Amino acid sequence: MQAANPSLIAENLACRRGERLLFRRLSFRLEGGAACHVTGANGAGKTTLIRALAGLTSPYAGSVSREGALALLDERTGLDPDLPLGRALAFWSGIDQVKDGAAIMDRLRLTNLAEVPVGYLSTGQKKRAALARVLGQAAPVWLLDEPLSGLDTASQALVSALVREHCAGGGIALIASHQPLEVPGMTSFAIEDFAPAETEEEEA
Amino acid sequence: MIAALLKRDLAQFFPFTGSGAALPVVFFVAVAMLFPFAVGPDANVLAKTGGGVVWIAALLAAILPLEKLVARDIALGFFDQLRLRGMAEEAMMAVRLLAHWLSFGPPLLLATFPAAALLKIEGENFQILLLGLLAGTPGLAAIGLMIAALTASLRAGAALSGLLLIPLALPILIFGAGALARQDQVSLGFVGAISLGLVALAPFAAGAAIRAAREN
Repeated sequence: MQAANPSLIAENLACRRGERLLFRRLSFRLEGGAACHVTGANGAGKTTLIRALAGLTSPYAGSVSREGALALLDERTGLDPDLPLGRALAFWSGIDQVKDGAAIMDRLRLTNLAEVPVGYLSTGQKKRAALARVLGQAAPVWLLDEPLSGLDTASQALVSALVREHCAGGGIALIASHQPLEVPGMTSFAIEDFAPAETEEEEA
Repeated sequence: MIAALLKRDLAQFFPFTGSGAALPVVFFVAVAMLFPFAVGPDANVLAKTGGGVVWIAALLAAILPLEKLVARDIALGFFDQLRLRGMAEEAMMAVRLLAHWLSFGPPLLLATFPAAALLKIEGENFQILLLGLLAGTPGLAAIGLMIAALTASLRAGAALSGLLLIPLALPILIFGAGALARQDQVSLGFVGAISLGLVALAPFAAGAAIRAAREN
């Protein structure tokens, strides 16, 4: 399931939103089995970092390199709101060639919701549905943007367990969240530590 | 992956099955039905002006589905997820163009039969009308897709897209409706050529537009 040697490397990364520089000189290197927790207040640039790491936007400066396929979880599910959950997930299962789709839905306690249109699901249920899509993708590199928001205590524990299993299997997980996760050996950094100083921002 | 996406897009946009419903086609027939009431039932007047009315109705019907065409899937993160699986934006947009045309082009051509009967368009005129719409609707779909992608990240995008489509669709309208007025098959060739050019261009323009929309 995993690529031989997944890696996610950021070098001297700087990103802007609009005209404002959010962070700069951000470098890290994640190899197979590594989990990394990015903390930061709302608006500090966690989502911007995740989207740049995913290659969806180009960073202002620096570079990102990655080995292995990538799965992204953010606040947008990618699931058609009009379709019943089962069929909406089936679209991605078909593309990702998932064989154990039923087991994944069972794991995330979604089986009873299969007939409910995605638009009617609660925030937490949608988050679990998006997690099912991520699990099905079986990608070695996970980028999770606020995976815990909207989840109840049991589901939060489940996310921690899923990340532990993913990393134990040689995968990489980078999690942006302001809530704590229970993953042993997880490194962490605060994105504010890379924010430019006031004077520096003027120059930029 | 392309086949799965086309199937999904068609299910989204096709009349009667998708959320798009049959509104454009109903609208198209409604215009053809109302026109004789407005100008009177004189068969000569109807036959002379009816073709132009059908063309205008087709153009306006092409505007109706634009709102949902691209913006909704950007907000869903749908294109992002496809991108992460290695699909190019141009391919997504080419599939979307085909699905968009299939969802309003052929139904519109079918609806032209009752519309033409209501407007007393017969014989060779009807043939030219049908061929013109067949050649012109892919072009209308391509313009619509480009505009929908460009305006997707704007707040007033839906209202704007209707306004933008009208001037861009003028060449198709002039040659398409003109072919009827002049009984002229050559104009149909022009309609087809304009359409082909637009269809070739649209996936690239729309693909670049949804990439640019990510940056803000």
